Amino acid sequence: MDDNNFDAYLNMELLRFTTAGSVDDGKSTLIGRLLYDSKAIFEDQMEAIERASLGRGEERVNLALLTDGLRAEREQGITIDVAYRYFATPRRKFIIADTPGHIQYTRNMVTGASTANLAVILIDARHGVVEQTIRHSFLASLLQIPHVIICINKMDLVDYSEEKFAEITSRFLEFAAKFDIKDIRFVPISALNGDNVVKRSTNMDWYDGPTLLWLLDTIYISSDQNHIDARLPVQFIIRPQNDEFHDYRGYAGRIAGGIFRKGDKVKVLPSGFVSTIKSIDTFEKSLELATSSQSVTITLEDDVDVSRGDMIVKENNVPTVSQDVDLMFCWFNPKPLQLKGRYVLRHTSNEVKCVINDVIYKVDINTMERNTTDKNVTLNEIGRMSIRTQKPVFFDSYRKNRITGSVILVDEATNETVCAGMIV
Amino acid sequence: MKNYKITHLRELENESIYVIREVVAQFEKPTMLFSGGKDSIVMFYLARKAFWPAKVPFPLLHVDTGHNFQETLDYRDNLMKETGSTCIARSVQDSIDKGRVVEEKGINASRNKLQTVTLLDALEEFKFDCAMGGGRRDEEKARAKERFFSHRDEFGQWDPKNQRPELWNIFNGKKRMGEHFRVFPISNWTEMDVWQYILLENIPIPNLYFNHKREVFKRDGMILATAPFMELKPEEKPEMMDVRCRTIGDISCTGLTLSKATTLEEIIREIAATRVTERGGRYDDKRSETAMEDRKKEGYF
Repeated sequence: MDDNNFDAYLNMELLRFTTAGSVDDGKSTLIGRLLYDSKAIFEDQMEAIERASLGRGEERVNLALLTDGLRAEREQGITIDVAYRYFATPRRKFIIADTPGHIQYTRNMVTGASTANLAVILIDARHGVVEQTIRHSFLASLLQIPHVIICINKMDLVDYSEEKFAEITSRFLEFAAKFDIKDIRFVPISALNGDNVVKRSTNMDWYDGPTLLWLLDTIYISSDQNHIDARLPVQFIIRPQNDEFHDYRGYAGRIAGGIFRKGDKVKVLPSGFVSTIKSIDTFEKSLELATSSQSVTITLEDDVDVSRGDMIVKENNVPTVSQDVDLMFCWFNPKPLQLKGRYVLRHTSNEVKCVINDVIYKVDINTMERNTTDKNVTLNEIGRMSIRTQKPVFFDSYRKNRITGSVILVDEATNETVCAGMIV
Repeated sequence: MKNYKITHLRELENESIYVIREVVAQFEKPTMLFSGGKDSIVMFYLARKAFWPAKVPFPLLHVDTGHNFQETLDYRDNLMKETGSTCIARSVQDSIDKGRVVEEKGINASRNKLQTVTLLDALEEFKFDCAMGGGRRDEEKARAKERFFSHRDEFGQWDPKNQRPELWNIFNGKKRMGEHFRVFPISNWTEMDVWQYILLENIPIPNLYFNHKREVFKRDGMILATAPFMELKPEEKPEMMDVRCRTIGDISCTGLTLSKATTLEEIIREIAATRVTERGGRYDDKRSETAMEDRKKEGYF
């Protein structure tokens, strides 16, 4: 840290990324390497894994042990749940959603991907593009992660071969044409030795592209959010009921898209009432404008009826309002999907009952083939469904807005989250 | 288009405020655990932001081990007076007197583990259905897998293999009678983020965090404060040192840091240069490799 430059330190950007790879792709080693080389690992943690590595009879310090948290994982040597890791460079703070690569844990990958700006997908240079690579890329595309970095790992085991790297890259691009990924980069690395992770490799002179960390540090993310369609899902009504703020009635929420300005004409859904923004309040001060991702409280000029689950939008830019919704879905529960069954739909701060009318198709995530005849859906399966809600919901397509376009389904009997949905 | 860039601290702030508002909207009777440490101070400050100009619409809950630094208790009482909030205190001593728990014996005795019973009893007594805590995922391995909304069964226990998936910013707080939730609004903050935010927002913190002279002794490479209830081994000699707290917990397990830092800027510089995690100074985590995971399963914070 620059000793005299606290301002820069308080002005870092936040980047959330997810990592996907098969069991032996060296994903844990890569994360360990990022944390270790960027000095996010402290001495006491390092000593603890040195002890553990020796205890397991391993010759070198096993960086993968840094990320394997729970006892069951240590015993089985696998990662069984999404774990979040943190590190920072002088420019950015990073949150890693570390997800396991086994097929049975698709739901964890979907979970980790849901909040990510970027996905790091690992390919073992010896094996090239395999079934799991296709699966991980498909999920990144399905979850609309804006940036994907393909790390071709274990380059040390293929003699740092340029041909091998070129071959895998072109093979990947061939099938990636089928996906909806906006930004794809490739980096040849060796996580074990640290080549091109944080430090430039001296073993691959033929590669003149950036290191993984340099990409993570500089990829442009400010335009990842929707700054066009103004949406404020109302979370909570603030009524102080004290002398100073006697008639204050504020609509609190986190802006899910676009920009709101004081004086804007707005519409409240579902009532359709139109009013004008009187103030945009935050702690002890008011703002002239507020943008996507800010938690604010809005007051309106008119006394209209607004409650939790309503959405404030611009008068001239309203989302779709409908009781019939088509979703791409991932099923999260061992209890199979009940066709014509009733579920609770949660969408932004809104909650409404719904019925699953049809499973339009299922996707085989290894071959990308669609199956339109089999309607049986169980844990980790992906497909498209149509639902009907008890009351109209107001939404955007997931492609347009990841917040106003995403839903979960909750089982009424168990209260469990059984399905994640992306509105088509 | 203009560049509407949001800094990492504002992004974390927006996320935490969102989570705290979700708690109040989704639960009938929430509370916020308050220890007087910097994490709970920041969490409470975010709660004030979330509901301004209204007051924080829930009481705080302090589980008092009886082994607190007096400075922490004074700070808590002042803060409640200034903000018009209430803080309910329940003490481990009462749980011991009632026979709910048995005090640990010996040199390494700590009341840290006993807190769990006092906490669960307090949740039951006030029928709280959600307790917000200042836990951060960067603190410890087992915490790295914790959800924002963490479901607890009727015994207050955590099952790491059966957590609800948590996607986007949709939080599912649905539960049956008798079950409750732990919610961690500052899950995504690191130790450094907390300090930077305290600096950015100029939040007052207890003086314990800054350099002061204190009577201390050394044990297993850690510096611990002396107190009437702390038993010393014969070779452990009390001495005066320039120290500060990096975390504030129970006196019996809070390791002190040799430090001359007297300002927030100096603390931040010190942490940026430091090579030991903050929980490295927590004696309670040193008991075994999975100490935190085991305590969490039993219903610890």
